[in-house]
Amino acid sequence: MSVTIDKLSVAYRTLAGDVCPVDEVSFTVRDSEIMGLAGESGCGKSTLGNSLILLEGRMRHLGGTVVLDGKELPIADNRAMRPLRMKEVSLVPQYAMSALNPTRKIRRLAVDLLRCHGVKYASVAEELRRRIALVGLDEDVLDRYPFELSGGMRQRVTLVLSTLLNPSLLIADEITSALDVSTQRAVGELLMEFRERGFVRSVIAITHDLSILAQIADSILVMYAGRLAEKADTDTIVSYPLHPYTRALIASLPEVGVRHDETTLKGIPGRPPALMNCAPGCRFMDRCPLASERCGVQPPFTEVRPGHFVACWKTAQEAAA
Amino acid sequence: MSEQLVSDAAAPATEHLPAPSVPSQAHLAGVTAAPAGLLVTAPVARRRRGEFLHYALRNPKLIFGLSLELVFVLAAILAPVISLHGTSTYFLAHQAPSSAHWLGTDNLGHDVFAQLVYGLRTSFLVGALGALCASAVGMALGFIAGYRGGLIDDALQMVTNIIVMIPSLVLLIVIGAYLQTRGVLFEGVFIGLTTWPWVARAVRAQTFTLRTRDFVDLARLSGKRSVSIVMKDIAPNMASYLFLVVILLFGSSMLLAASFDFLGLGPTNSVSLGTMMNQANLWSALQLRMWWWFIPPGLVLTGIVFALLIANVGLDEVFNPKLRTQ
Amino acid sequence: MRRYFARKSLIYLLTFFVGATVDWGIPHLMPGDPVQVYLSKFQLQPSGYAPLYKTMAQAFGTNLPLWDQYLHFWAGLFRGDLGVSIYDFPSRVTTLILDAAPYTLALLVPAIVLSYVAGNRFGALAARRKGLDNTVLPMGYLFQATPYPWLALAMPFLLGALWHVFPISGGYDLGLLPDASWAFVSSLLYHWFLPFLTVFLVSFGGWAIGMRNLVIYELESDISRYTRALGGSERLVRRYAYRNASLPQLSGLALALGIVIGGNIVTEIAFRYPGLGLLIYNAIADQDYFLLQGIFIFIVIGVLIANFVIDIAYLIVDPRTRLSMQGARA
Repeated sequence: MSVTIDKLSVAYRTLAGDVCPVDEVSFTVRDSEIMGLAGESGCGKSTLGNSLILLEGRMRHLGGTVVLDGKELPIADNRAMRPLRMKEVSLVPQYAMSALNPTRKIRRLAVDLLRCHGVKYASVAEELRRRIALVGLDEDVLDRYPFELSGGMRQRVTLVLSTLLNPSLLIADEITSALDVSTQRAVGELLMEFRERGFVRSVIAITHDLSILAQIADSILVMYAGRLAEKADTDTIVSYPLHPYTRALIASLPEVGVRHDETTLKGIPGRPPALMNCAPGCRFMDRCPLASERCGVQPPFTEVRPGHFVACWKTAQEAAA
Repeated sequence: MSEQLVSDAAAPATEHLPAPSVPSQAHLAGVTAAPAGLLVTAPVARRRRGEFLHYALRNPKLIFGLSLELVFVLAAILAPVISLHGTSTYFLAHQAPSSAHWLGTDNLGHDVFAQLVYGLRTSFLVGALGALCASAVGMALGFIAGYRGGLIDDALQMVTNIIVMIPSLVLLIVIGAYLQTRGVLFEGVFIGLTTWPWVARAVRAQTFTLRTRDFVDLARLSGKRSVSIVMKDIAPNMASYLFLVVILLFGSSMLLAASFDFLGLGPTNSVSLGTMMNQANLWSALQLRMWWWFIPPGLVLTGIVFALLIANVGLDEVFNPKLRTQ
Repeated sequence: MRRYFARKSLIYLLTFFVGATVDWGIPHLMPGDPVQVYLSKFQLQPSGYAPLYKTMAQAFGTNLPLWDQYLHFWAGLFRGDLGVSIYDFPSRVTTLILDAAPYTLALLVPAIVLSYVAGNRFGALAARRKGLDNTVLPMGYLFQATPYPWLALAMPFLLGALWHVFPISGGYDLGLLPDASWAFVSSLLYHWFLPFLTVFLVSFGGWAIGMRNLVIYELESDISRYTRALGGSERLVRRYAYRNASLPQLSGLALALGIVIGGNIVTEIAFRYPGLGLLIYNAIADQDYFLLQGIFIFIVIGVLIANFVIDIAYLIVDPRTRLSMQGARA
């Protein structure tokens, strides 16, 4: 099973015009792959992830297709998507802390959701209990109300609920951002374990934290200002990044063993462009140390080495050489 | 909860709870209670005047509400000009509306239209007084309780709970029965002193959520005095909310005053919209089919408050981008 | 749980105490002498005035020091004795109140309950149907803006004086005597309807608007988003939204009581409906302080009881309140 996204564009309607945080994005996630989707705040990664499961509010599908397991996902058609949610595609949201209904016990939430999919609670009760235990929670969590649980517990409950029906694709949106470091690791490992056990097939893990991705992801996709910058295996991205943006990102991470009274952390000067009325051409141009006149035309997202995609004139050229 | 018009704007837009809803006459939308805890306005950066005006001028509800309100206010101010007669000149009684008397005359022969426009003044005055008084007391106590928290907060909660449970109308009846003469000032202040609990609660809730924000911590760390923090950091971020609260208070005060006046507990020496209805009721206007005596005052009052409510909704939309539907 | 109730009971007791004291205090601390006012209505000879004054003062207890009067007041309260009415001398205040109370309750309770329930349903409906919303919203605001006295005058005028559909005053037909016959009961209902409608309509608008705003907010909350993202049906989303929105409305109900009562009084007076409102009006006219005081206490007690009931309902409905009292684990 795999997910293929082809030239997907999603826009937000605003009073001042359309903003396009997802601009002709194409990539593939392989079977049982955890793909990390990384980038700065506002680069469109959350929009991309959420658009695969629920287009809501002011989001509009402008074009492109999503093919899951050979069948096209009707992401623009809410009614057609409904039976597919939770079963084929599922989401662990960024707002998991406040996603659970405070006036319903956890078990009741599960029952209600399952009923919407025509699944009897009794048939998955045993499995649900097993998974709750698997994530390290006490079984009586099912009989508690969400407000009785801590943030970390809620995150885990949401993880279990979202994957209860073994979806083919799981979109995990910033699931570690609100947690402390040790819990982050625990949740990251849980994600991997879920994948091992086949509770989920493929995962798109959205985060701005590259270090977590380095631990859990098989491949990493870097996004910048609504467009894809680079995609490759985790090792490649971490050790041999090609795109200037990725390079700068990796370089700005603190290293173990390096004392920063000797060296300073390197940031990336400048700010991402506003997504409205973007200038044509590469969006990283203004902040890129390798920019040249060629960059006035948007470089295509091409496969320069097997499994390694880059959208940059300069580095693509270098890599091909 | 403001007695009359509150439907707590609790629904938060973005993080903002719906605009304060004032409990309408006898129905405090629970929203009032809810938003209190849910209000979480993101610190409103000093909005550029241009942006605010831009939306304000284009919001149909706000324009409609303000224009209608303006009509009434102008009518009140220009009362001597637009009314052909004074309120105490006697004419032929029980006359239906005619070109000489646009709204006819009452049982004693006073010109009803004159009474209407002069009564408008009184009603507006009482409404403004009540709103002012309630705002002043409610905001002061609300800020203190919300900012300080702890024992002071508990004490305030208790006091508001007690006051809220005592029906103000009945209290006024008991008090008013003993006061032989009552003025506009008394009525306004009384209304203010019985409706402040709602304001205090709403303000307290907002202050409570704002004071945990980082910018307040920063202010505190830099050694600013509490009063200064409240006035310069917290209040401006609640400015839009406070403004809406005052508007709703104004409307609710007018409605409350109408009820008081109707029972004969209004100002003893001036005519107001409520006293008109009181007199009409006393002198069997209903049975005598003198509709021109009691329909217009109530209609005008409804119009005033309705305009305020609509303007309030419009203003809330202007302040909170999420509610804008244009 | 115990602490919660203890705290609530404390507030209720305090409120009652404050209310009762204020109630007693106002007439007694105000300038003027109730007995004097009472006697001024009679055209007495100066010679007859003094002994009558003495007797009356003794009868009403105004010749005692203030503190004694206060204690007597409380003693009487506990006995259920609210004194003797001046307006309807020599009826006891308690009797008068208990005679009028059923009429008021018959008006108040259905009006509050129905306007609350119907208003909430309507508001929730308006929250998701744009078409309905465009009519419900302005209509709701219009009703919210309507002053009680006006509706209480305009409606009987339209439906009573003009179109003769309903009677415009009284509790029942003047020619009837209270009994269990259908004639009486139907007359009762007939006279009850317009006052009821007045109180109902004004409250209805407010509840509808409040609920509409709340439901709109809930439908866009994270909870709704997550439920939808996991394939929950719109019906489920709506059910959750409605449930969560009802909570603040319920606490709003408790706060609204004071106002409805005020509106009820106004309505009764306008309709000359023989409930507590009309009693108050007559008491004012005759400056019957004891009757006024009695009615005030009665109303305060009623409000406290109603608040108590709503508190219990809230406890049942909102698990957060229930569990925060038991010190929930986090």
